Amino acid sequence: MSAVIDTPRPGQDRARFLQTNTATREPWLVRLVLLVLGVGFFAIFLLLPLITVFVEALRKGLDTYGWAIHDSDVLSSIGLTFLTVLFVVPLNVLFGLAAGWAIAKFEFRGKQILITLIDLPFSVSPVIAGLSYMLVFGARGWLGPWLIDHDLKVMFAVPGIVMATTFVTFPFVARELISLMQSQGREEEEAAVVLGASGLATFVRVTLPNIRWGLIYGVILCNARAMGEFGAVSVVSGHIRGETNTLPLEVEILYNEYNFAGAFAVASFLCVLALVTLLVKWWVERRVHSGDAS
Amino acid sequence: MSLPRSRRVLPGFTPTLLWTLIWLTAVVLLPLSAVFLKASSLNAAAFADAAFSPRVLASYRLSFGASLIAASINTVFGVILAWNLVRYDFPGKRAVDALVDLPFALPTAVAGIALSALYSPNGWIGGLLAPFGIKVAFTPLGVLVALIFIGLPFVVRTVQPILEDFDTEYEEAAASLGAGRLATARHVILPALMPAVATGFAMAFARAVGEYGSVIFIAGNIPKVSEITPLLIITKLEQYDYAGATAIAAVMLVVSFILLLIINLLQARVAARGSRHA
Amino acid sequence: MSIRISSIHKQFGTFTALDSVTLDFPRGELVALLGPSGCGKTTLLRIIAGLETADSGEVFLDGREASNSSVRERQVGFVFQHYALFRHMTVFENVAFGLRMKPRAERPSDSDIRRRVHELLDLVQLDWLAERYPAQLSGGQRQRIALARALAVEPQVLLLDEPFGALDAKVRKELRRWLRRLHDDLHISSIFVTHDQEEALEVADRIVVMNHGKVEQQGTPEEVYSHPASPFVYHFLGSVNFFHGRVEGNALQVGDTDLGPNDSEELNAGDHFVACSRPHELELVPADSASAGLLVKVSRLFRFGALARLELDGQGEQAGQIYEAEVPLTSVDALALQEGSLVRIRAGALRVFPAAAPDEVLATNPVAPVSVAPGPGLASAVNA
Repeated sequence: MSAVIDTPRPGQDRARFLQTNTATREPWLVRLVLLVLGVGFFAIFLLLPLITVFVEALRKGLDTYGWAIHDSDVLSSIGLTFLTVLFVVPLNVLFGLAAGWAIAKFEFRGKQILITLIDLPFSVSPVIAGLSYMLVFGARGWLGPWLIDHDLKVMFAVPGIVMATTFVTFPFVARELISLMQSQGREEEEAAVVLGASGLATFVRVTLPNIRWGLIYGVILCNARAMGEFGAVSVVSGHIRGETNTLPLEVEILYNEYNFAGAFAVASFLCVLALVTLLVKWWVERRVHSGDAS
Repeated sequence: MSLPRSRRVLPGFTPTLLWTLIWLTAVVLLPLSAVFLKASSLNAAAFADAAFSPRVLASYRLSFGASLIAASINTVFGVILAWNLVRYDFPGKRAVDALVDLPFALPTAVAGIALSALYSPNGWIGGLLAPFGIKVAFTPLGVLVALIFIGLPFVVRTVQPILEDFDTEYEEAAASLGAGRLATARHVILPALMPAVATGFAMAFARAVGEYGSVIFIAGNIPKVSEITPLLIITKLEQYDYAGATAIAAVMLVVSFILLLIINLLQARVAARGSRHA
Repeated sequence: MSIRISSIHKQFGTFTALDSVTLDFPRGELVALLGPSGCGKTTLLRIIAGLETADSGEVFLDGREASNSSVRERQVGFVFQHYALFRHMTVFENVAFGLRMKPRAERPSDSDIRRRVHELLDLVQLDWLAERYPAQLSGGQRQRIALARALAVEPQVLLLDEPFGALDAKVRKELRRWLRRLHDDLHISSIFVTHDQEEALEVADRIVVMNHGKVEQQGTPEEVYSHPASPFVYHFLGSVNFFHGRVEGNALQVGDTDLGPNDSEELNAGDHFVACSRPHELELVPADSASAGLLVKVSRLFRFGALARLELDGQGEQAGQIYEAEVPLTSVDALALQEGSLVRIRAGALRVFPAAAPDEVLATNPVAPVSVAPGPGLASAVNA
């Protein structure tokens, strides 16, 4: 708990307070210029592209949506995207819980290196992630011949898409849980054990309730990235229409076919999902940061 | 990594650590090591040919150059925006605060087509710039615009919490010692923010260097002019030139590792700074 | 439950937390483990609880070897330094947790749990908070709930880690009286860790003073305070003046001043010593007095009712040393002392310990209660 912040997050009150305090107040002209620069930059680089998507999608009227939701390729790409998420998110949750427990509740050497390695996928280009899977599972990769012999298809198929997406979303749940569980320490778990709780009971009744908002937060971020991943999936998918095209890949194909209305219709659907993600994230964030237990 | 020497009070250390290590190795370390193994199977000449040909060098220049400029622009405006969000009250502030994360949540392909529509000669901004002879879409400028889009939240989100935790007492002390606002900003606030700003810059830069989806739609992808390195890797792959793709990837991975190292060091400094203020 | 600790050793890397510690905790007593931070007291408490495993040595609970039994089997109640209340559970659920975790065969019925929890909450006088969450409680309330939670499983021994450390001074004082009364009512063997000498003296039946992983002394508060076994214990429990010197003939010589005859059997002529005297044990004699005494200058003088407290600066060889004396106001007035006056001090009571050789000198920090490395010359550690 930080004793420094006098008001919790959104900070409206704090901002107001700071502007009445002569020591922390700027002249109104300075304030205006900074606001115009900051918010203006935000409007041009973030807000306008968002608005563009909806304007372009509605340019031809609502009919485009009618077409898009009846198009079998679009439908199958929606299905594939959700299928991918269905695999990737639970895998990341499982990993995040294991990593959080091992790293936050125990002391061992090499911990800091382990944390750094978990963060590694954040700084690797998704394209390189896709390439590295090709080198392992592709027809000419390490496991290629063996996979062909056993008639298993990984690249240019759903398993490859799931794996590449797992790579790019790898740190999302884990880093959220590791830092949260580290900040919570292990006293509560020790107290539970002293009071006679088994390991499983301790985890389910003490640890899990304490990290649930952090877990949900990580899942939201992971989910958004998993649905939107483009570079890595682009390499391993093979772009087979109706089979291995996720929603973002479908956007690319429609766009490259000059079906702009269709591309923007699908894009606007993804935009709505992104906005819902931000809304839920904003709401969960307030719960995580307020430390509200009830 | 040393295993427990004595009985531990909480159970589950060995299985969870094992699972963490196995999963990390299988998903991240093994595939990445495949890149280096493959690259090391090339002889030096072939490697240099693939990784340092004029077309590839031009793509490095573009990718790293545009990323550097984008991260710098984002650093300036990201700090201002974070300052706005923490220090000022303005209508729609909550919406702005929530939407800053849009690039995290929005699929990059969607961002890509939106930006190229916006900056094409008949788009809203492209149309405004066209009379001045400024072309953005299908030029290196377009690459820059896309990289600014995806990098902005990194700076805002690393600086904002530090600014929120920044105790007013420091500024009050500065004011009581006769410093004006500008002097206070320069000598008191900015130095305290520096590690966070540097971290945000490094993260935005790292992300931009590897970015693919949002760039390819607006870049035009003209070899030696507006072709980024990740795209070049994909192009080589599509021509079944695995060796060439891998050589370029190995170079980029080394840069990524160095960036990761720098980010980690910076973050350690942010953490140290934070505890000093607490 | 009686507890016996037998030559326990615990090492963290290169740091020795406990160095072959052997202790007995008789049944029903309230014992304080007292020492500066890093002295190993918390580690010892956690080893007794089974939260930490010793590298070597044994723990006997009621005469039975317990080193290999798990925390869950030991039937200890543990109150954590920061209470470790489950933040997502109400106060009621926190206290009920231990009962709900019992094996099915021993688990009380829901109504029994309810009754038992309310009894405990009554005992700690906080029944009205049953539905609150820990975040909604004050520090003192959390402390008492943590105690109720530990008591719920009817432990054989109660272990408390710095139970009052995180509370402000007023609440702390209140709670320690309350803990003392609770212990008198329940008569459960209890051990608490503290670095606050006043707390240990006021609350405990017995005090174990620890330093650098070793037991320096144990005994009743009266014994430990009045008859400290080492300069460290002197220093740690209350204010003390240190006089470093050498035995010459049969006299305790500090510089060129004779502090009195050597009546210690441990010290022979030529040995270095450190002599300890509490501020109220010092006497003031006129500076020009023929009788021996250490010459000092009054640097500050405070009057407290019938008492005066003086800060005194060493002179000559002892320059730079500060002493503290607490004397009846009458003796200050009799000597007409004021700030700047010269006066001699004599120790009415003096305990002498052998000290290290002069070249192992360490300047003692006059404020923080740190371990004392006795050396020659005069130093004073005043622990107000």
